[in-house]
Amino acid sequence: MADSAAESTAERRSPAAAFAARFEAASAGGGLRLAEIPFLTQINLRVDPKSPAAERIGTAIGVPLPVEPGTAAGGGDLEVLWLGPDEWLVVGPDGAGPGLVERLIEAADGEHVSVVDVSAQRTTLVVAGDRARDVLAHGCALDLHPRVFGPGRCAQTMLARAGVVLVAGEDGFRLLVRSSFAGYVAEWLLDVSAEYVAGG
Amino acid sequence: MSVQPYRREGASGRVLRFRFDGREYEGLEGDTLASALLANGVRAVASSVKLGRPRGVYAAGCEEPNALVQIEEPFPEPMLQATTVELYDGLVATGLPGQGRLADRPDPARYDAVHAHCDVLVVGAGPAGIAAASVAARAGARVILADERPEPGGSLLGTAETLDGRPGREWAAEEVVALAALPEVRVLRRTTVLGHYDDNYVIAVERRTNHLGAQAPAGMARERVWRIRARRVVLATGGHERFVAFAGNDLPGVMLAGAARTYANRYRVLPGRRAVVFTTNDSAYAAALDLAGAGVEIAAIADVRQAPGEAWAARCAERGIEVLTGHVVTAAKGEGEVSSVEITPRVGGGAREVPADLLLVSGGWTPVVHLFSQAGGTLRYDEELGAFTPGETRQAVEAAGFARGVGGTGVRTLRACLEDGAEAGRRALAAAGFAMPAEIAVPSAEEEPAAAPAEHLWLVEAPENDGDYGTHFVDLQRDVTVAEVLRATGAGLTSVEHVKRYTTAGTAHDQGKTSGLLTGGVVAHALGVDVAELGTTTFRAPYTPVSFAALAGRDRGPLHDPVRVTAMHEWHAARGALFENVGQWKRPWYYPRQGEGPGEDMEAAVLRECRAAREDVAAMDASTLGKIDVIGPDAAVFLDRLYTNMMSTLKVGSIRYGVMCRPDGMVFDDGTVIRLADDRFLVTTTTGNAAAVLDWMEEWLQTEWPDLRVCCTSVTEQWATVALVGPRSREVLARLAPGLAVDNDSFPFMTWRDAEVAGIEARVCRISFSGELAYEINVSSWFGLALWEAVMASGEVTPYGTETMHVLRAEKGFPIVGQDTDGTVTPQDLGMEWIVSKKKPDFVGKRSFARADTSRPDRKHLVGLLPEDPGVLLPEGAHLVETSALPEPPVPTLGFVTSSYRSAALGRTFALALVSGGRERVGERLYAPVGADLVPVTVTSHVLYDPEGARRDG
Repeated sequence: MADSAAESTAERRSPAAAFAARFEAASAGGGLRLAEIPFLTQINLRVDPKSPAAERIGTAIGVPLPVEPGTAAGGGDLEVLWLGPDEWLVVGPDGAGPGLVERLIEAADGEHVSVVDVSAQRTTLVVAGDRARDVLAHGCALDLHPRVFGPGRCAQTMLARAGVVLVAGEDGFRLLVRSSFAGYVAEWLLDVSAEYVAGG
Repeated sequence: MSVQPYRREGASGRVLRFRFDGREYEGLEGDTLASALLANGVRAVASSVKLGRPRGVYAAGCEEPNALVQIEEPFPEPMLQATTVELYDGLVATGLPGQGRLADRPDPARYDAVHAHCDVLVVGAGPAGIAAASVAARAGARVILADERPEPGGSLLGTAETLDGRPGREWAAEEVVALAALPEVRVLRRTTVLGHYDDNYVIAVERRTNHLGAQAPAGMARERVWRIRARRVVLATGGHERFVAFAGNDLPGVMLAGAARTYANRYRVLPGRRAVVFTTNDSAYAAALDLAGAGVEIAAIADVRQAPGEAWAARCAERGIEVLTGHVVTAAKGEGEVSSVEITPRVGGGAREVPADLLLVSGGWTPVVHLFSQAGGTLRYDEELGAFTPGETRQAVEAAGFARGVGGTGVRTLRACLEDGAEAGRRALAAAGFAMPAEIAVPSAEEEPAAAPAEHLWLVEAPENDGDYGTHFVDLQRDVTVAEVLRATGAGLTSVEHVKRYTTAGTAHDQGKTSGLLTGGVVAHALGVDVAELGTTTFRAPYTPVSFAALAGRDRGPLHDPVRVTAMHEWHAARGALFENVGQWKRPWYYPRQGEGPGEDMEAAVLRECRAAREDVAAMDASTLGKIDVIGPDAAVFLDRLYTNMMSTLKVGSIRYGVMCRPDGMVFDDGTVIRLADDRFLVTTTTGNAAAVLDWMEEWLQTEWPDLRVCCTSVTEQWATVALVGPRSREVLARLAPGLAVDNDSFPFMTWRDAEVAGIEARVCRISFSGELAYEINVSSWFGLALWEAVMASGEVTPYGTETMHVLRAEKGFPIVGQDTDGTVTPQDLGMEWIVSKKKPDFVGKRSFARADTSRPDRKHLVGLLPEDPGVLLPEGAHLVETSALPEPPVPTLGFVTSSYRSAALGRTFALALVSGGRERVGERLYAPVGADLVPVTVTSHVLYDPEGARRDG
């Protein structure tokens, strides 16, 4: 016991870690790819979009905050998702959190902003491949046709009975899922995919 | 073919074996159960619900009122129409007496649902629907074409008409194959549109594997609910033929004329050998001629009109078919099935009886306006058609083809339907903003004879001396006769809606598809009013019956509702914890000790866990508590306004317990507030209220106090939390966090420290929900399991669950919002006068504490109860009375038990209760009626353990 306190090798575990093998099996057919991208940095940002702080933040992170509802903007290894008129989710690679929080607060330069590291609040699930849209249509009421919800679009919506942030990319969709719901959403995706995987 | 005596020559297809009512039969691929039964000469398929009369196949589609069957194999399914059940090898079915039986075993099939969006939804793949979809699809619009049948074609399937010189059925099949190949077109077969709601939200059910029987692939959903959102809807739903009320019109062998035509043409089945035709319009002539061509002897056509269409009459004459104009069928006769038909001139002359085994009836055609009406469209009566047709609508929906009543004479004309469909497609395109495609050729139909007007006859009157109308059926499925309609009108009912409810006509599984208008016609006849004036009953979803399994879809079993779990869940499960549902969360309830012999029961486990927490050291997964970051220069002001106590005076590094009330002064939630910085707080909420509290905060910020510079962000799942409790918790924490000064002076009660715990960055809070020395260790939820495992690594820390947490807090008199409160309880009622600030100028609920009602002395107070027998556990919810014997009801009760437990620390049972004037009753004896007994209890303070708070510093 005395030794264990000194250890600093505690291991992280992502919310959908237990599903890795089943995701892989469901992806084997080629029509669909399911996977978790664990440990992405996610910073919730609240700032008045018309404020100088908002502009400075855009400059500082190299991505102007998107102001069109339901859109995402990317640059470098960051992506900024519009969540509301004064709310964004800044998504970055694993480990970028503390530095990013610092840059955002620094850029605000004392103006009222809210910067909260919520990296562990949600995990990221990938739903890609030719059948991705079919799979999501079973639980998402939004029109995901590329004419309507193509790359660069994002939305806070429901997938089955779980709230998700849905992001359309060139290579399929990403779902940002609350950690406690990750198991439910994973089971749901696997249940839906049974038909598409079996059918080829 | 010899085993199918009524099958026409030249029928092809794989032979399928099936069993009906215990007998083996053969049918052909492409048959429905109804056509296969007719091919085998089975006339009586079911019996009627009230009268037990034999009933046969009456129609050829979803309007079938008679032939109700139960599928027995491969999986029991009740109340299906034999006319819509596709035959498959191994089908086992029985005819039903109006009602079926639910399966007594779980359905192994999968069901699901899907959302779809389109520019144009076309309902019905008959001639009009295909024409409309073709126009829309070729302009690039996103089109969904839904049809309830297994193959497209609609009316073309039954009529044997030709288009561009080839069978209409082939034309339809090819058109639809071409449509389905277009990238933005989705063709849904076996898909019935059931409901049409506002904003063109349309629900359909696709039957995907039902027709495959035991061969259905296991992974494929059997039925699928389509939730379609369409910019524009074209309803090409066609029409249903109706019958006429005459004596014996329910006998097996009586059949709608159009249905008989379909059986002969599409299924190559003869529904009888010798037929009489009874009609009010020209359409039955085409049926008669087709059947004659197929080998049915047409004994006579009784036409209610004096003047049928001349071309039709001429064709009949050519074939030697006798046409009796101005005649009606007064009775179908026979034992168990039709053996003769009584035909009578309408004016003068006697009846004559014609031997026949088939009586084909056409009382006219009713456009299928169900969806149009559901969508909010008005209906108007069309005199020529003798039916209600679509009128005005408030939605982007229109009817096309016969569903709109085109044709003019009560008879559908193919050319008019095709043209009307194409027009509807063009209008839909224009409305959806698409460029019009180059001219699309409408296929050319055969020349159709000019039709003569129909005459709308609803009822063949019974002779004066035999006028009981007891077998003049208007609703075959509900066994409603003209006699009952007349009883209704005789009782003074003048509305079709009232007559419907009085007689039940139109309320069966077929929802009055053949009977609705007929009932209206008979009511109008009885009252001497116009059908148009009388109107129709309301059309409501679903258009056809839908199974509960389809509606439930994937939302059943483990996916019925999301299960939310913490980062430590796998450990709890592996350790054999039992779980309690708290909202959608699974929280460990208690951990029965594993080992030799019988497992520990709940009572023993909880007493053991309680003892560990009070006497040693124990830990609980507290991750589910709601957590909200409140940030901004006005955060302190904001929290002062929401909580009843003062938060702005809280120092950075400190923690305060707080209560929130609704404006009515009643407790809404409680939790702790941690001050992280001058402008930054972390607020915790009860597990069940996390979302409600965030909504509450946003509501006040957005609607009442938009001037406050405050942002609230949920961090519930960012953090995993371990509560470490007990006199030895300090010692365990010291070992896990060697860099943290844990002595009471360095780390006092209600403060927090950042520290490394088990090598993980953590925020440690000194909070206690048990009265014991305790810590809450918060880490990123990625490390939740690692922290928990580190806490448990030495084996000296006892894991405990929510039940123990409840006992420990109850011993200390700490209420649980939602268990000890119910929305009518103030902080003062809970004995927490101290938490309601007297200094703050205002906060939510303050005004209500000045109301006389909130200071009434007889308000219910939270008190403790000690049963006089220390072994008796009161049931939660038990009421409390003053007297040792119950008075006559109504019994005045003083309150009720809100929490009740066995306490290891007290060595006895105890309870918390809300009792009227409870604090003034401490020491009194009250009684709790439990079953037949009155259990004596003593009222005490709600704080039963360590009232002086000596234990919290260890």
